[in-house]
Amino acid sequence: MKSAVLVFPGINRERDMARALRLVSGREPAMVWHAETSLPEGTDLVVAPGGFSYGDYLRCGAIAARSPVMNAVRAFASDGGLVLGVCNGFQILCESELLPGILMRNARLKFICHDVHVRVERSDTPFTRGYNAGQVIRVPVAHGEGNYAADEDTIRRLEGEGRVLYRYCSPSGEVGDTHNINGAAQSIAGIINERGNVLGMMPHPENHVEDIMGCTDGRGLFAGLVAHLGRAA
Amino acid sequence: MINNEPQITPELVASHGLKPDEYERILKLIGRTPTFTELGIFSAMWNEHCSYKSSRIHLRGLPTKAPWVIQGPGENAGVIDIGDGQAVVFKMESHNHPSYIEPYQGATTGVGGILRDVFTMGARPIACLNALSFGDPSHPKTRHLVSGVVAGVGGYGNSFGVPTVGGQVRFHTRYDGNILVNAMAVGLADVDKIFYAAASGVNMPIVYLGSKTGRDGIHGATMASAEFDDDSEEKRPTVQVGDPFAEKLLLEACLEIMDAGCVIAIQDMGAAGLTCSAVEMGAKGDLGVDLDLDSVPTREQGMSAYEMMLSESQERMLMVLKPEKEKQAEAIFRKWGLDFAIVGSTTPSKRFVVKHGGDVMADLPIKELESEAPLYNRPHVPSPQLPVIQARDVAPPLPVVDALEKLIASPELCSKRWVWEQYDHVIGGNTVQRPGGDAAVVRVEEGPKGLALTVDVTPRYCEADPFEGGKQAVAEAWRNITAVGGRPLAITDNLNFGNPERPENMGQFVGCLKGIADACRMLDFPVVSGNVSLYNETNGRGILPTPSIGGVGLLDDFTKSASLAFKAEGHPILLIGDTQGWLGQSVYLRDICGREEGAPPPVDLAAEKRNGDVVRGMIHAGTATAVHDVSDGGLLVALAEMAMASGIGAALDAAAAAIVPHAWWFGEDQARYIVTVHEQDLLSVFTKLKAVEVPCIQIGLTGGHEIAIAGERAVHIKSLQHGFESWLPDYMATKS
Repeated sequence: MKSAVLVFPGINRERDMARALRLVSGREPAMVWHAETSLPEGTDLVVAPGGFSYGDYLRCGAIAARSPVMNAVRAFASDGGLVLGVCNGFQILCESELLPGILMRNARLKFICHDVHVRVERSDTPFTRGYNAGQVIRVPVAHGEGNYAADEDTIRRLEGEGRVLYRYCSPSGEVGDTHNINGAAQSIAGIINERGNVLGMMPHPENHVEDIMGCTDGRGLFAGLVAHLGRAA
Repeated sequence: MINNEPQITPELVASHGLKPDEYERILKLIGRTPTFTELGIFSAMWNEHCSYKSSRIHLRGLPTKAPWVIQGPGENAGVIDIGDGQAVVFKMESHNHPSYIEPYQGATTGVGGILRDVFTMGARPIACLNALSFGDPSHPKTRHLVSGVVAGVGGYGNSFGVPTVGGQVRFHTRYDGNILVNAMAVGLADVDKIFYAAASGVNMPIVYLGSKTGRDGIHGATMASAEFDDDSEEKRPTVQVGDPFAEKLLLEACLEIMDAGCVIAIQDMGAAGLTCSAVEMGAKGDLGVDLDLDSVPTREQGMSAYEMMLSESQERMLMVLKPEKEKQAEAIFRKWGLDFAIVGSTTPSKRFVVKHGGDVMADLPIKELESEAPLYNRPHVPSPQLPVIQARDVAPPLPVVDALEKLIASPELCSKRWVWEQYDHVIGGNTVQRPGGDAAVVRVEEGPKGLALTVDVTPRYCEADPFEGGKQAVAEAWRNITAVGGRPLAITDNLNFGNPERPENMGQFVGCLKGIADACRMLDFPVVSGNVSLYNETNGRGILPTPSIGGVGLLDDFTKSASLAFKAEGHPILLIGDTQGWLGQSVYLRDICGREEGAPPPVDLAAEKRNGDVVRGMIHAGTATAVHDVSDGGLLVALAEMAMASGIGAALDAAAAAIVPHAWWFGEDQARYIVTVHEQDLLSVFTKLKAVEVPCIQIGLTGGHEIAIAGERAVHIKSLQHGFESWLPDYMATKS
């Protein structure tokens, strides 16, 4: 797996992401500066990591979405390349219109950082093949604006087409208001695009890949990608 | 000199916070009337905040050396060696007055300032901690201040991208008009790549880096050196505004130019901005500095020399550059979208010369600006000795378990989760032990080393007996690091006190400092950096003396750290250390009996060391399955915390016969730990501890889902958790 991690000014989880990719795939990812106009030769996974690109002083992700490198990312995605956006990366993908909808302020208006449980809705995608459908995983969140919203039509299509891959839930997998940490529509924690090659999610699987952190539930996402790309190559 | 500046009058001098005799000192030093800009420079350099004029004389008594100390106090931050060519750079600093006036921005710039102190030295920040003291929960401003400060601390650290891993939050009526916001930053550097403020070489370019200069924060340091009154709100314009995004860029750009070998010396612009940073670089390097303010990037038009020299705009740095690296350094800063301007040079003259619009606005002897600052040995009186309270004279108003339920759901002892869940404490992927334990544990890069980090002080002890309180603050930091398995290495101190011109306040300061010094010496735990914040006083009422101690310890193998959660059922629970049942100044006496009285528990430093070394040894040997130090609230509160963290209960023996039960369970005797072990290790542990004369008794067994004391009502952990976790969120959700 040859991955590229996008670095926008103000991004701050790029090292966490690079470490997770290295630990799971055994290969150091390329760090790609926002002003670049192309991706490294042979890239097969692009990752937009978490952080506060441009300070998030405008809408989260809005300025990063207009960076030179995003033209290359759009072209890469339209050729079917795999793109993963986590947290601020999810916001950037929405603002780039690679994914529908937006992320609003958390319902309780506060930044939240703690472990959450999310249910993996299907296992037949490159982003979830490391898990079983219905499996509940524990991963941390750290965001102030993770409240996913879209118009009713979009939500209906996302649900109808099985494009919700991750959903906030209880430790035993129940979905409902008490487990919906940020007020997201349908408890959505992560979605894919129509073609199924672009994932955006709020939780940070990259922070749960090592035993010593007390949980390795995030590993499955990266292991699934490695398996998928290994087979494709 | 130009002459369209304000006339220097006694009123103008006074409004700069300079006393008449201090002004006389200026006249004598320069032999003429200062210009307006020069007066501003003197007021910036000679205020309490920058000159430490009331505290310097006493700070000299602190131990600052150890074989592992690379840099003690006097630089931007302290530096210690952690082996393998790696160094830890850390410091704590207060931002009290700004945070009271404008809580969000005051807190953000407090965090920003301390982060800058750390990365100025070439270190990448890897953790932040903080100690927050608020007024009584019933005070009308408290909720607003908690909300703003917590959002501000998080707002800056989260965006900058450093995990905030620990700290303290307390409430006390003595902070009603003067809250404390103490922020600590910890960074990691290579031992051979530490950067200092001292300039070297004549005619070297001085470069301005970072954000532009605006009119914000002018006289911020002077505000920090005065008492508050009811008009303090009018000082809001002196509070700076933080920009964590700019700081993140500044961090990356600075580390990049340092790595590229461009930097001779570097200093961040903190209190008193351009003035303080330029003077320090020159004075420390035995050089003069010429500044040309026409080259300073400004945000606003028409700024005067006076305003530029005193602005405290954030996210700025001053650097002495290797001339041959100019192009390379500028390209790096341009890449990060930051300002880069050559604003002056070093000179052989030892003068500090400031030019603006072709005129010389200031021409002062640079070394004397620092070295000739006033130094006061202010009158101080010792605090009165308070009587020792005998536990037998304290009637328990509640049964033991009822008191436990009340205590853990009190502002003092309740869970501070509501606070630390607003801080990103996992970013970096190295937070091995998250907030809520004795000390946070942060892995050093890919390991195996880890750092144990904590902030501690018990202000009510310091008020009751400054000397014992000072000792206790250091001892508790040492104990908390020990309780996770760390080897305590060094501290940073953030000394918050009232108006030093009152002898009783100065007495508290002197007493606490003596206690801190004694404990540091005895525990081999030197002070490597710090900050003094005096004049924490509103309308003549001072805060509780609050010398916050930030401790750093090292774990050779972070996987061998201990945590406070019980690990399994059936583990014998041991109490290590001596218990007398000391109720004076305990949380129990205050919050259950309504008496804030008596002498605080004495700290036996030899016992601290002996007991702590034994506990650390048990952790490293793998015999300790869970460890927690016994502090605020005493034994039963500590046990409840271990149960709540794990969901595993405990069956406990009744109180020791010689001690009244409420004193046994809630007394705050020092130098104690609770340790659980495997059943099969019990005998060997007893034998070993007996051999080194460390008191140790078994007080119960883990198991079940209740805290069950023989002869008392059992209480379910879930019920305890509910009270523990509810107080703060419920309080914050209440409309004032």
